[in-house]
Amino acid sequence: MGDKTMTAEEVVSRLASGMTLGIGGWGSRRKPMALVRALLRSDIGDLTVVSYGGPDVGMLAAAGRIRKLVTAFVTLDSIPLEPHYRAARERGGFALTEVDEGMFQCGLRAAAQRLPFLPVRAGLGSDVMRVDPDLRTVTSPYADGETLVAMPALRLDAALVHVNRADRLGNGQYLGPDPYFDDLFCEAADAAYVSCERIVDTAELAKVAAPQSLLLKRLTVTGVVEAPNGAHFTSCAPEYGRDEEFQRRYATTPWPEFAARFLGADEAAYRAAVRGWRKEEER
Amino acid sequence: MTATRAEYCVIACAEAWRDAGEILASPMGLIPSVGARLARLTFAPDLLLTDGEAMIVDAEGTAEGWLPYRQHLAFVTGGRRHVMMGAGQIDRYGNQNISCIGDWERPKRQLLGVRGAPVNTLNNPTSYWVPKHSRRVFVEKVDMVCGVGYDHAAGARHHRIPRVVSDLGVFDFATPDHSMRLASLHPGVTVEQVTQATGFALTIPSEVPCTREPTPQELKLIREVLDPAGARAREVAV
Repeated sequence: MGDKTMTAEEVVSRLASGMTLGIGGWGSRRKPMALVRALLRSDIGDLTVVSYGGPDVGMLAAAGRIRKLVTAFVTLDSIPLEPHYRAARERGGFALTEVDEGMFQCGLRAAAQRLPFLPVRAGLGSDVMRVDPDLRTVTSPYADGETLVAMPALRLDAALVHVNRADRLGNGQYLGPDPYFDDLFCEAADAAYVSCERIVDTAELAKVAAPQSLLLKRLTVTGVVEAPNGAHFTSCAPEYGRDEEFQRRYATTPWPEFAARFLGADEAAYRAAVRGWRKEEER
Repeated sequence: MTATRAEYCVIACAEAWRDAGEILASPMGLIPSVGARLARLTFAPDLLLTDGEAMIVDAEGTAEGWLPYRQHLAFVTGGRRHVMMGAGQIDRYGNQNISCIGDWERPKRQLLGVRGAPVNTLNNPTSYWVPKHSRRVFVEKVDMVCGVGYDHAAGARHHRIPRVVSDLGVFDFATPDHSMRLASLHPGVTVEQVTQATGFALTIPSEVPCTREPTPQELKLIREVLDPAGARAREVAV
């Protein structure tokens, strides 16, 4: 049982242009933003990103790193429409596979189970079938004979997720009200990288919260990064809520200006830039 | 005590859950949320409500259960739910669009994406709420079918669109070809106002009823318990 701790930079060094990358969380909730920021500091691009999209998608799209996006939505939650994602879509910045929220979950589940597809009722009659001509249907071999969508597996080269606690072996724990789909992202991926608010001894995990909070199993986790405030500016309940003011700043600032000011040499530079911005705001 | 337009809208939304029984009400938007909670406190006491995140809560907000997104999505497919979604566009057969305006390949305006509209409409009753009734929303043909309408549903066994509520009235699909029909007008609205603001020909019955009056108890609940700050007036003015 190896120590899997590494830095965000080491995670990025294991990624490559052209990969299919799953990003956990949901909208502007518990996104692995420190890992996304590290990715933005690299020159990795040409990515196929699979995400219930939030600012992770907005930033990667704005920076031109996405070749193809697989999603059901992109939102900042309190700001319904993600402005940088919108701008990228409206200038035809990347290819899109747009599926329903339930189809998306089915695709991850199929990948986790090493199945080529899973049948799902969602999608029939809607334009998700029109805009993705590769989607096929499957007919029940039983008496009902129902025709369903055969949602293809969303197999990932790598997954990035953020949780509240993890040990050095890759056991991960969420402490908020919703696990989202982070375990599925890890199970659907060839390699999974977990950032966390705090790395603790294994024995601490079961003391912190009930056993059902132990979401990620080490056999699906490749690397563990300690990244306090690593979901900022998205929420990471119960430790912090969304930084609404900073999110507004992100949403209203032209991308080059935002990137120049906040995406410095490393995560410490990001935190210092956010602190500097906050002082300015308080004045 | 005269009811405001926003309050008629609350009543019209609440009515979507009448006699729904012990199912999950999933209202999206403020007025549908007030409506669902009003229904829960009055004529639909068995409804389940969520806090919009992962908890199932009673009308006072006390948690009674857990429903994270993964389970919510599974729950949708079981059908014990009536959702009221928003709509960027909606057409005469109830096709709804929240994905984008213009050509999907290169949209003029990117909106949210299809979200759960396909899974909702094929699995459980789906109603819609439109706070500003206009020809931009009520269109001849939506640019991207997210929520499935009657002409696209091919008789899918769990497909049903009980109602569309707007700031002008209530609409349903109780016509031979399941095209949209004016079911009631909010007091003070004329048939002409509705047809002017709708981009396709609606079926207009010879006599159009008014949306019902709220009871004094309902008005008191809306004004004193459910929305004392009057946020509903920001979604629907007048």
